[in-house]
Amino acid sequence: MIDRDATFERAELSTGLPRATALEELVSERPESPWRLTGRRFLRHRLAVVSAVFLLALFLVALLAPWIAPYDPNAIDLQLAQFGRPAEPSLAHPMGSDQVGRDLLSRLIYGSRVSLAVGFLATGISIMVGAALGAIAGYLGRWVDMAIMRLADLLLAFPPLLFLMGVLAGFRSPTILIISAAIGVIGWMNVARLVRGEFLTLRTREYAEAARAIGVPTWAIIFRELLPNAMGPIIVAATLSIPAAILTESTLSFLGFGIQPPTASWGNMLQNAFTYLRDYRAWWMGFYPGLMIALTVLAFNFVGDGLRDALDPRSRID
Amino acid sequence: MTAYIVRRLLWMIPLLVGVSIITFAMLKRIPGDPVTVMLLESRSSGRVITEADRERLRKQYGLDKPAYLQYFDWLGEVLRGNLGTSIRMKQPVTEVIKQRLPNTMKLAGVSLVITLAIALPLGILSAVRQYSWLDYVLTAFNFVGISIPQFWLALMLLYLFAVEIQLLPVRGMRSPYVEPGFWNHLVDTVTHYILPVTSVTLASLAGYMRYQRAAMLEVIRQDYIRTARAKGLPEHVVILKHAWRNALIPIITLLGYVLVILVEGSIVVEAIFSWPGMGLLAVDSLQQRDYPVVMAIVMLSAVLIMIGTLLSDILYAIVDPRVRYD
Repeated sequence: MIDRDATFERAELSTGLPRATALEELVSERPESPWRLTGRRFLRHRLAVVSAVFLLALFLVALLAPWIAPYDPNAIDLQLAQFGRPAEPSLAHPMGSDQVGRDLLSRLIYGSRVSLAVGFLATGISIMVGAALGAIAGYLGRWVDMAIMRLADLLLAFPPLLFLMGVLAGFRSPTILIISAAIGVIGWMNVARLVRGEFLTLRTREYAEAARAIGVPTWAIIFRELLPNAMGPIIVAATLSIPAAILTESTLSFLGFGIQPPTASWGNMLQNAFTYLRDYRAWWMGFYPGLMIALTVLAFNFVGDGLRDALDPRSRID
Repeated sequence: MTAYIVRRLLWMIPLLVGVSIITFAMLKRIPGDPVTVMLLESRSSGRVITEADRERLRKQYGLDKPAYLQYFDWLGEVLRGNLGTSIRMKQPVTEVIKQRLPNTMKLAGVSLVITLAIALPLGILSAVRQYSWLDYVLTAFNFVGISIPQFWLALMLLYLFAVEIQLLPVRGMRSPYVEPGFWNHLVDTVTHYILPVTSVTLASLAGYMRYQRAAMLEVIRQDYIRTARAKGLPEHVVILKHAWRNALIPIITLLGYVLVILVEGSIVVEAIFSWPGMGLLAVDSLQQRDYPVVMAIVMLSAVLIMIGTLLSDILYAIVDPRVRYD
């Protein structure tokens, strides 16, 4: 039996209307849309919400960098860094300076642009390539599937970091776009496999059959009819690939193959810090950029986790 | 199964050819050839170099030929078992790798053993006591663990233990001079291992722990675990004998990828601690345009990656009889 009173109670509580009207409201209410349901589930994930707020703030900082940064990130101040000695944190320079007196807080603020841009661009590229190729391979099957999956095998045989170092060494000063494209090219295979797997079952569904029967063009079946149904796993893969791309970019820049100085990125700030950490005990040069990478990646991971739970509550293994 | 393995092994041949072509083309488009780098270096040491020297060297290394001919030259030599000569170190590439590979394997091997010794018990514990405070602490640790960049962790460890409190050495595998005696050498070696091994271990701990926890959670919900409990077996027998054996399956298949991690995972740590292994060799050779060495490292890595993947697929079929390949 349905517990009528409890239903009344809930109706009253959730709408704040008198009982009878409230019940009517509840009954007549249309079923909640999947996206709103997802949003509600996400909001329940406290860490994910905090992380989302943090990332939003970081976005604003990156966007408004020229107005927020206290100094020009590339302005050299030899008065501040006497004899090439990095200046310790002070009131005027809360995160200290590097060996030529550049303000590290300002460089950190500008560096956020690189990390966020690469994170999103690289993910965008790898997800689009991976989803498209995976969908085509899974739907068409046969030799197309064969060719795409063999291409994936070929790229999977490369050690990714070495591949990226080799590609980027070909550019005197790789831009954000070049770095993102390289990361995307070596990173689409897992998404392709995922989407291909989804499509192997999706193509046998009745609505795919129906679409074929009424003569919908193949590309429209793949991308308009079926792809939206694979969106859940794609979104989860995307949110988890952003932090991975950010880590990869910072590693590349740290090794000297990514963003080149004087442009500030968190990775090349750490590369620059390496020597001074050792010889001048300039801990502030190495501490803050790494902390920012860690916090940003952590936040993206939490958001990704929250989204995964929200989009597919069954996938909650942990 | 045998047919499957043979097919996979044969398929590696075209893949390796593909990898070598792509890598060769990639290296060819890097500005500045090895001869230029060499000449710049000898110029800074005060020697006078003429354009004729440059041409002579280019000819000597076959760099004056068109790129595709250079590739075939390289391929021909490799098929005869000759990986070429390092331009920078004036040594056969095989020799260079023979010196460097064991160092990387030592670092990766020690780290792996320690990682597994910590990660597996904690992963099991975390799964068995799901939603306990311990589980929450470990889950939080895992999140932080997968988010911290490995090179930052290594840098901070280096700063804390080798610079601030000068307890451990900053670089290398051993000190230039050690007092004679077995004990002194042992202490010297161990102290050089601590920071690099800790960096690699801390960075990979979270991944294994998460994996083991998920596998264990999956298993302890199975019917045969309930049966084991129902027939009155003590809890530790249920967990360690019945559950863990099955929860090890995913971990064992992961071990195939250890070969991959061996190549990639050590690049950053080796670069920071000047550990004379393959990772450092790769970075240095690429920066110095020492193409024969880079080619060899990429090819070796590709072989390791493909064998590792195959190995983990085979292991999967061995430990889990339900898996069949055709």
